[in-house]
Amino acid sequence: MHFTIGNARMLDGNIVDVVINGDVISEIGSGLKVGEFIDAKKNLLIPGLVDLHTHLREPGREDSETVATGSAAAAKGGYTAISAMANTFPVADTAGVVEQVYRLGQEAGLCDVFPIGAVTQGLKGEALAELGAMANSKAKVRIFSDDGKCVSDPLLMRRALEYVKTFNGIIAQHAQDPALTVGSQMNEGIVSARLGLTGWPAVAEEAIIARDILLAEHVGSRLHICHLTTAGGVDLVRFAKSRGINVTAEVTPHHLLLTDELVQNYDPIFKVNPPLRTEKDVLALRNGLADGTIDIVGTDHAPHPTEDKDCEWQSAAFGMVGLETALSVVVKSMVESNLMNWSDLVDRMSIAPAKIAGYSKHGNQIIKGAQANLTIIDTDKTWIVDRNRLSSKSKNTPFEGMKLPSQVIHTFLNGKQVLNNGLVVNGGSN
Amino acid sequence: MKKHLLSINDLSASDALEILNTASELAKISDGPMKKLPTLRGRTVVNLFFEDSTRTRISFESAAKRLSADVINFSAKGSSVSKGESLKDTAQTLQAMGADAVVIRHGASGAAQRLADSGWISASVINAGDGTHEHPTQALLDAYTIRSKFPEFRESFAGLKVGIVGDILHSRVARSNVLLLTKLGAHVTLIAPPTLIPVGVTDWKVDVSYDLDSVINKVDVLMVLRVQSERMADSFFPSEREYSRGYGLDLARLNSLKSKAIVMHPGPMNRGLEISAESADSHQSVVLAQVSNGVLVRMAVLYQLLGGAALAGEVSA
Repeated sequence: MHFTIGNARMLDGNIVDVVINGDVISEIGSGLKVGEFIDAKKNLLIPGLVDLHTHLREPGREDSETVATGSAAAAKGGYTAISAMANTFPVADTAGVVEQVYRLGQEAGLCDVFPIGAVTQGLKGEALAELGAMANSKAKVRIFSDDGKCVSDPLLMRRALEYVKTFNGIIAQHAQDPALTVGSQMNEGIVSARLGLTGWPAVAEEAIIARDILLAEHVGSRLHICHLTTAGGVDLVRFAKSRGINVTAEVTPHHLLLTDELVQNYDPIFKVNPPLRTEKDVLALRNGLADGTIDIVGTDHAPHPTEDKDCEWQSAAFGMVGLETALSVVVKSMVESNLMNWSDLVDRMSIAPAKIAGYSKHGNQIIKGAQANLTIIDTDKTWIVDRNRLSSKSKNTPFEGMKLPSQVIHTFLNGKQVLNNGLVVNGGSN
Repeated sequence: MKKHLLSINDLSASDALEILNTASELAKISDGPMKKLPTLRGRTVVNLFFEDSTRTRISFESAAKRLSADVINFSAKGSSVSKGESLKDTAQTLQAMGADAVVIRHGASGAAQRLADSGWISASVINAGDGTHEHPTQALLDAYTIRSKFPEFRESFAGLKVGIVGDILHSRVARSNVLLLTKLGAHVTLIAPPTLIPVGVTDWKVDVSYDLDSVINKVDVLMVLRVQSERMADSFFPSEREYSRGYGLDLARLNSLKSKAIVMHPGPMNRGLEISAESADSHQSVVLAQVSNGVLVRMAVLYQLLGGAALAGEVSA
């Protein structure tokens, strides 16, 4: 099937027509009009966004999110590829579970869903899961993570880093020393002292980052640091890269914009793991993302049902939804502050994550022959976040009521439109 | 004054002084033949206690009763809460019962604020201790007690030197006292081993010392905090004996206090750990006065929050 995305603005400012044939871009030029003509109205055309850190909750917690509802949220946020974290019930630690998640993603057909496999059986941190079986399954898992929990045993972490070299895998570490964070509720500092909430020291994150950087160097493996939150962590990754160690790092949109001052009223909507940090940390993260020390933005989209946030802080669940606000929050924190331009943003949110994960059909330059995974953004539009209009099944956004720049208008997955004028296209099936 | 008392931050210095002055007026009435006032007749005060604290609950209960309020004691221990009912459902139940004020004690920091902010309930909320956050009526009764012992500091605590010794990190009493005492102008020094001082203390308007003996002879008021022995299990200090040697108020330290200095403790005391029997029972100790002042100050808080006509008018009515 042929169609044309007309009057699309490229990153270099040129206005072009892009012809899609099947699932690839067959021609780029001007004055083209093959098949249906979708007028992009000079809005920005970029490769579809890629998330390496998504919690879809299925199987097990379908009350908070399913693969289908999470995929719809992804399409709405401009994502064409997302990576489902392993902390489901049952845990994605076998070929069976990762194949199920992969298949559910294909059936939903709104976004490519790539499962992440658990590093250890049941996320218990005791014994390796069958990493090879997951890698060789139909889901072709390459990223392994116990996210939500840290692989804290140094020997097990070393073994995991070494073992995944067989299939060019990567270990994505949730850096949190469990002994230093027993009962931790929020960033340890001035605000936690005032609020009487158990502190979560920056060193609990940085100590694991430092250790794992050195392990990765020792065994020559690929290490990915999930959701960096501290200025010290940025320094450690910068040091590792200067030493030529094969480490990549990620930051979430919320850690680029929000600080621990928001905890002051004990509203658990701001409760997240790792916790919101200080303004100094936020500025260091922004600078790290701008200079490339931090490679990518990962949403850490973490849906929770209302009752898990409608309670006292201590009892509330950790996590925030983020797929539908990620792009706008990154524009607000990075582009509007002139730390990055749109090309940098596309690198950090599409090209670089696809490269790290090996998602070869995503995050490519928009050229003839490339897979048609595309997103169109109105960069002049601002919008106000309304939790009730989220496609995600859960509504736990910390950005409620916030005015944000840039809105995703259309998303195309493998040559098929999955978002049309901000509305998810129903019945999308492969 | 605001609708709720969740933190000392809800009070200006003049709000706080007004509560203390009201408590002084109530003290005069309490010394008279007719102890009970009709002020809150027909109003309902709920004591919602998710943690055991017989002392605090009894204090609030007698305060409410002396103002003629109806009192419902809701002890969440052993009730439906321990079977998994949420704070929200409990609050909405109390709302349906028509509570005018809810006095809440909860193990989670911020629980009182959540109750007040969430829209679950329209009653005034009084924080009777939330986790390791605050215990504002304790600070008010401590300030009242200090004022009654030092009449020269009646309108301001400027020039008053207070030492607070003990587990600052986990103490809601310390947090509320630091806020109130400094708001009233006192100079506060926190004394504890570094493990029991919050990392973020740099933001507090206090001095910090790790050495009780270098501070003790300079203070007018020494507040001794309860130390929970489970802190030892978490390696905050090596042993009860070592803590007691370094930070306990024993007889020798009692003797090094200024002669007019007073010793306070929010109770219950661990005699022999943070305070020796001689110190607890000495003429400088005002521990029992703190208890009786607690009722007066809590009456004043209920009176201020639930509103009433001028005191004098009511007495004559």
